[in-house]
Amino acid sequence: MSISATTATGEGGSLGRVAREGLDSTHGVVLYMEDISVSFDGFKALNKLSLSIDIGELRCVIGPNGAGKTTMMDVITGKTRPDEGTVYFGQTIDLTRLSEAQISTAGIGRKFQKPTIFEHHSVFENLELSMKADKRVRKTLFSSLSSAQKDSIAETLKTIRLNDSADRVAGLLSHGQKQWLEIGMLLMQEPRLLLLDEPVAGMSDDETERTGELFLSLAGKHSLVVVEHDMAFVEKIARKITVLHEGGVLAEGSMSEVQNDPKVIEVYLGR
Amino acid sequence: MRILLTISLWLFASGAFALDAATVNKLGFGDGDEKIAAIAALVAEGDPAAAALLQAATDGELQTAGKLVLIVKGEEAVNAATGAKVTPLPEEREDVILNNRVRRELGGAMAALKLISPDRATRLAAAKELTGNADQAMLPLIKKALASETDAGVKQLLELTQATLELKTGTKESRIAAVRTLGLSTNPNTKMLLLGILEKSKEGGYAEPDEDIRIEAQKSLKALEGRLAWGERAGVLFTSVSLGSILLLAALGLAITYGLMGVINMAHGELIMVGAYTTYVVQNLFKRTDFFDWYLLAAVPASFIAAAAVGMALERLVIRWLYGRPLETLLATWGISLMLIQTVRTIFGAQNVQVENPAFMSGGMELLTGVVMPWSRIVIICFAGAVLVGMWLLLTKTRLGLFVRAVTQNRPMASCVGVPTARVDTWAFGLGSGIAGLAGCALSQIGNVGPDLGQSYIVDSFMVVVLGGVGQLAGTVYAALGLGFANKLLEAWQGAVLAKIAVLVFIIFFIQKRPQGMFALRGRALDA
Amino acid sequence: MTGGISRRLYGPRGWAILALFCVAVFGVMPVLNLAVPADSPFHVSAYWVTLLGKIMCYAIVAVAMDLVWGYAGILSLGHGLFFALGGYSFGMYLMRQIGSDGQYRQPMPDFMVFLDWKEFPWQWWNSDSFWWCAMLVIVVPGLLAYVFGYFAFRSRVKGVYLSIITQALTFAAMLLFFRNATGFGGNNGFTDFRRILDIPIATPQTRMALFAITGATLIGTLLLARWLTTSRFGRVLAAIRDAEQRVMFCGYDTVHYKLFVWTLSAVICGVAGALYVPQVGIINPGEMSPANSIEIAIWVAVGGRGTLIGPLIGAGLVNGAKSYFTQAFPEYWLFALGLIFILVTLFLPQGVMGFLGKKK
Repeated sequence: MSISATTATGEGGSLGRVAREGLDSTHGVVLYMEDISVSFDGFKALNKLSLSIDIGELRCVIGPNGAGKTTMMDVITGKTRPDEGTVYFGQTIDLTRLSEAQISTAGIGRKFQKPTIFEHHSVFENLELSMKADKRVRKTLFSSLSSAQKDSIAETLKTIRLNDSADRVAGLLSHGQKQWLEIGMLLMQEPRLLLLDEPVAGMSDDETERTGELFLSLAGKHSLVVVEHDMAFVEKIARKITVLHEGGVLAEGSMSEVQNDPKVIEVYLGR
Repeated sequence: MRILLTISLWLFASGAFALDAATVNKLGFGDGDEKIAAIAALVAEGDPAAAALLQAATDGELQTAGKLVLIVKGEEAVNAATGAKVTPLPEEREDVILNNRVRRELGGAMAALKLISPDRATRLAAAKELTGNADQAMLPLIKKALASETDAGVKQLLELTQATLELKTGTKESRIAAVRTLGLSTNPNTKMLLLGILEKSKEGGYAEPDEDIRIEAQKSLKALEGRLAWGERAGVLFTSVSLGSILLLAALGLAITYGLMGVINMAHGELIMVGAYTTYVVQNLFKRTDFFDWYLLAAVPASFIAAAAVGMALERLVIRWLYGRPLETLLATWGISLMLIQTVRTIFGAQNVQVENPAFMSGGMELLTGVVMPWSRIVIICFAGAVLVGMWLLLTKTRLGLFVRAVTQNRPMASCVGVPTARVDTWAFGLGSGIAGLAGCALSQIGNVGPDLGQSYIVDSFMVVVLGGVGQLAGTVYAALGLGFANKLLEAWQGAVLAKIAVLVFIIFFIQKRPQGMFALRGRALDA
Repeated sequence: MTGGISRRLYGPRGWAILALFCVAVFGVMPVLNLAVPADSPFHVSAYWVTLLGKIMCYAIVAVAMDLVWGYAGILSLGHGLFFALGGYSFGMYLMRQIGSDGQYRQPMPDFMVFLDWKEFPWQWWNSDSFWWCAMLVIVVPGLLAYVFGYFAFRSRVKGVYLSIITQALTFAAMLLFFRNATGFGGNNGFTDFRRILDIPIATPQTRMALFAITGATLIGTLLLARWLTTSRFGRVLAAIRDAEQRVMFCGYDTVHYKLFVWTLSAVICGVAGALYVPQVGIINPGEMSPANSIEIAIWVAVGGRGTLIGPLIGAGLVNGAKSYFTQAFPEYWLFALGLIFILVTLFLPQGVMGFLGKKK
């Protein structure tokens, strides 16, 4: 599995360097959440959640329904504002003050639980739109694709195995292909941190396998947070697992550590 | 108006004519001043024939032919002075032209003459009219009327008028008494009168040289102002609640169809119109019977059923196919509203139709002069409350309500547990439409009923629901009352149109601050 | 490309159709109207010139509406307001051009004389200047749209909520313009125009010139819209319509995109209104009634939203039908219009263009 040269310029992997867009990751931490609380009409979706993700890490987040996984992603991407607590991207970027678009530009990409792609656009256009570029109104009016950009789209198309479907309308793709297209769109953004909400749901075993390989190859250059219910998949790719329960972190560690944690067994695995 | 007509007919018919020919001629041929003098003279006579003549002048039935002054009704004419029939009708006749000044004078004169009518309501109306524009010449007549008046309400009004007149001419004692009487009044015009006494002229002296009278006037003014201020507050409060109740009625149906079901029904206003026209039809049916005053008992359910039937038909034929496509629903229902408007125009004509109040709803409770609480509005406030309670009970206590809530909250789940979702949709939409029909029935009692009735309420009712928050019955109530108050308070301050604009602009900004309305639930499901 | 959105301005066929249209507007119509004698069967009467000019104004509005609704997914029920504001802005100039030829033979517009006003209210400052008023035609609708849009889009008001608020906006404006004190002639509005740029307005030549300018504006609008929608901007816009969340998470600030197209659309409507007023000869607050604005939406729906030719066809079809019905069977027009609303939304969700596309 190869990742295109343009998406992985190597900067992300080197610790201790001040990266593009002013992301200061001097301490090796790309995302830092502390004491996040969110409540909806009295229901505490997140309750003093603290979590940190290292540069190049692949983190799996599991937890029963209503544990706060999606809300956590909403908080990171700016869709939901926390009632209290801090979220920092690198050392300096306070995510609670940025809009969704600004957070995305800063280098965080997100894949939704339900694949969200532009159904009326072609696969190629989907990738083109998500490509890292100046995304202000004036620029998009006059922009055209450079050959380097076309190459980068072609590379990504190959990575997500849709190079034969570049001109197809995205809405006609199969569910698994849509999942891949969305992952491809994320890659085009060249993010430092990818948040993936149930990326293999609805995929065939074969597709799941390949997705796992893709994620493993991405780790190191990017940081990944994968929320998944498919335990077999998690087991295959996970190095470090965080278990959420009732809006907080229940346990954290390797697969075997987590599996042997009595608290986890009680609320989740032991059922 | 009907009463007035019968009286004038009665006066006309009794025809004991013996009017001074010179006076009549002055009315017919004289210039403005002479006409006014003639009117004053006729009033002083206080005679039914004089009343008939003045009535004819008011109605524009006075004509001249040669040297004769005629009262012409259709093809028949009588000599205005003698009352004798004039046949044949003279070919060359000219209308007696009355300018505005003379017309004003005529109005006062008619009122003064009606003070001697045997009918209490006529006398009351006349006394009311006179409080504004009585004339020195009428003082004797008013005194005469006062002496024979038995009704307290009429008497009070007449005393006030008498005081107003005597203030100008009487002796010092009678003037002080007059000022005191004025202090008891609740009429805003009296305030102007008292202020006039206290006014300083340019040279620094007072318009009223007598200090005793000024002191008395000061006291009266203070008492009057206090009373007026309360009256005004009560008046604003009442009209606010009244407008709020109307908005509530118009919006309650929407709270179901839009608020609960999420259907944008732009034809909602036209469902209100259907209710109003149903009331009109029922009223016409009852007109031929002896039970006219009870027609509302039939009109209320009839308008509910008619509007509900139309609503259910719409749901089945059009809206059903557009669930989940709100913008298309909006356009299609707008089309429906156009067709309903045209249907009504075709059947009933483009003009407004008359819906009469039953007797118990006409008139009102008079708090103070100028602050009347019409019975029709009081009834509507109660009616709105009753509809609200009924709807609440229906939604929370019945099986249909349970189904509606289940379907609106989780359609697939409701369907799984055996709720007939399609039928529930139809019934729920019918319920919302029926409530719109009730609103129409209520509106027909206080406003014009015409094909455009609905158009004027649709923006308002959507604003209420939007402001109150979708799916919130309590929010709808608060929003309706709040908008009623805001509208009326601003209206007192800046006039009706600007008030309405201000409220709309306020809502536009409000929605942007709180897009989900006042009482919205916050949650992650909202814009998924 | 088999899928997705075209990137070319027009293909050969598109350019050919456009050229044909130019010939019709700038060549055939003037000749048939001005040069061919009135008794010839080929003569095009003033009635037709005005009617077609009017419909072209509507077509401009329809294209503007399509930009926000068909491409960006914002259904505005207040576009009639922007149209009317453009009309009123230019109408002020036309009123000043009447000079002392009004009913009262006074230098001020008749309605001001009637209201016994001694001097022009502030809104009329510099209104005798053509260029000032031409600027107002663009600035007034544009500014209102920008301010309104800024608040609405920033607070994420969208969908039906936005539609209803735009309706309230135009309703409020209508009430405002009905007032005499607002200074724009109350419910009578502006009418009885005499001149434009000191040239008499009622001559066949002026009429034809206005017609041709309208045609040129329509072509310009169409090209502008086509260019916008074939640029990456247009693709972002369509993406916002389909999945706004995704667009935001791709790093686009969707507020700016919506605001840009919304304001542009309002400005185009204002220009159309300014062209409409001298041709039709009247502007009054009725143009701001919610019914008018919602009718614009149905032109677009009939033609097919998300295509640029569709709105032209829709505006032509609906207004053509309206002209026919209101003369032949005035009492049935509302039935017909209502039916159009219902049938199109139920059976032709993609409009005439979608229907033609399917048949191919």
